[in-house]
Amino acid sequence: MTAKSAAHTIATFARRHRLRPMEALPWVLAVAAYFVFPDYLALGAQILATLLFGLSADLVLGYAGIVTLGHAAFYGVGAYTAGYLAAHGVGSPIIGLIAAMVAAGAVGFISGLIILRTQGLSILMLTLVVCVMLQEAANKMTSITGGADGLQGMEVQPVLGMFRFDMYGHTAYWYALGVLFLGWAVTRTIVHSSFGRSLTGIRENVARMNAIGTPVFFRLVTIYTISAMLAGAAGALIAETTQLVALNVLSVDLSGTILVMIILGGVGRLYGAFIGVPLYMIAQDRFSTIDPTYWYFWIGLLLVLVVAFARGGILGMADAVLRRFKRSP
Amino acid sequence: MDAALSAAISIGFHGVAFAMVLYLVSVGLSITMGLMGFVNLAHGVFAAAGGYFMTTLMTRYGVPFAVSVALATLAVAALAVPLERFLYRPLYGADELDQVLMTMGLVFMSVAIGKYFWGPTAMPFYPPAALSGQIDLGFRTFPTYRTFLIGSGAILVTLLWLGLERTRFGAMIRAAVDNRRMAQSVGINTSQLFTFAFAFGSALAALGGGLGAEILAIDPGYALEHLVYFLIVVAVGGLGTIRGPFVAALLLGVSDTAFKYLLPELGAFFIYALTMVILLWKPRGLFGQA
Repeated sequence: MTAKSAAHTIATFARRHRLRPMEALPWVLAVAAYFVFPDYLALGAQILATLLFGLSADLVLGYAGIVTLGHAAFYGVGAYTAGYLAAHGVGSPIIGLIAAMVAAGAVGFISGLIILRTQGLSILMLTLVVCVMLQEAANKMTSITGGADGLQGMEVQPVLGMFRFDMYGHTAYWYALGVLFLGWAVTRTIVHSSFGRSLTGIRENVARMNAIGTPVFFRLVTIYTISAMLAGAAGALIAETTQLVALNVLSVDLSGTILVMIILGGVGRLYGAFIGVPLYMIAQDRFSTIDPTYWYFWIGLLLVLVVAFARGGILGMADAVLRRFKRSP
Repeated sequence: MDAALSAAISIGFHGVAFAMVLYLVSVGLSITMGLMGFVNLAHGVFAAAGGYFMTTLMTRYGVPFAVSVALATLAVAALAVPLERFLYRPLYGADELDQVLMTMGLVFMSVAIGKYFWGPTAMPFYPPAALSGQIDLGFRTFPTYRTFLIGSGAILVTLLWLGLERTRFGAMIRAAVDNRRMAQSVGINTSQLFTFAFAFGSALAALGGGLGAEILAIDPGYALEHLVYFLIVVAVGGLGTIRGPFVAALLLGVSDTAFKYLLPELGAFFIYALTMVILLWKPRGLFGQA
């Protein structure tokens, strides 16, 4: 390698984590959407919360390469924690959010300590089992969770004591956007840090990372816990903005659906969730009013096609197109 | 008869009947996952398809029970061949994630397809007259159909066992599970073997879905609802064996029935906890090869 190309490589790496103008786009769009679609703010808030959930799932799946079928476990724990507090007199949404993150993080840490020792099918099974186990527990502990009827009687106070949650979703939208922004800032910092790079290394080649002395297990537990906290925050957002928690927040369906959403956008690319989640949820909102039964068919077909033809998702395809343009001047 | 003993007998009876259904559906999954290392979440789709075909033939067209079961099994085997060729094959050796996603897509599609053709409710299933009602086994009576399930399950298990241990096809499968490259280099056509094994496993699932329609009702959500149980049987039993899933299915079937009968407030919680413990103790399952 010549000195010049080496310098170029180093410069490229140094530039990797610098903020690009394009990265402002999602936020500009999110703010614009508030003014353009004032009738859809409730859906908007749900999309923003789910986006945070998508980001957290991408950290585990896309960056650390842990194939999980039970990420809803943390989302659900967060939702139930925030919901339970709001139903028992602790109505401050911020406190609910923080408590949800702590609870979900604790579940993530403990389950991570146990299940991240395994690999392949076992890890897939164990993530799944943790999720169904929690759902079954929530189903049976009716005195705490309300069981199959859902959690009753949530009373969420105004955000910071000033902004009351209204039926149009104005407060919900800004609140969700604010939390998402913080979550994104944390996620972005993590993936560009040396810690984040070592996760990618673990995903690509565990043996080599072990050989060069990376504490692989420890790193995995750390990212699993962080991701669980973010998922818990997303669950709390949904609980507080919809004032509703039911058993489906802990379902395997949801764990699968969030994977589908980030796959559509592109896995392991930070902005995959920003494309996939809104696309999926808006399409679902549109199509399921026309034809709720067959929504599953189209989404299933889409999944099969994405795996067969477009493994990078929408962003991956966009990359491929851009590269082709650059190559042929 | 003592009440406790009587309860134990019925738990054992219904548990074993449930276990037979679980085993028939899951054993094919164990073979194909062990052979091809493919995480196939869509295995339940084949069981559901078998159940749908069978009940449709019986209720809509008045075809006799035995013929319906046979036709449904053959139909699913025939359906499995092109699926294996065009959808599964390109993903052999691919990322687990791709396999998970593709098969999850199939599950989602099956839910909608089931609803489209057969409606949202469970398919009615009436066992033939000879197999309905109660049967007196000398010391007490049992539901005839479930007795039949246990009996036919036991026969099928024995046949499978003999088939895998004593036939050339079985030896080829065992060889390919143990060491695919070596199997290839001694001249086994593994590509053909995979297709056969896949179709065979799917046919077994269809048989389990059909025969078990009385226990696991056939409805659009079948492949999704029971996915966890099928996976538990395979993961706890160990991949690529037929003995492992049998033990796991018995364990799961009997303990599930027992917990639901004795401690309904704990539901399936214990089952999941037990699964976790077993998987942590033996990540490759009880009978999985190291």
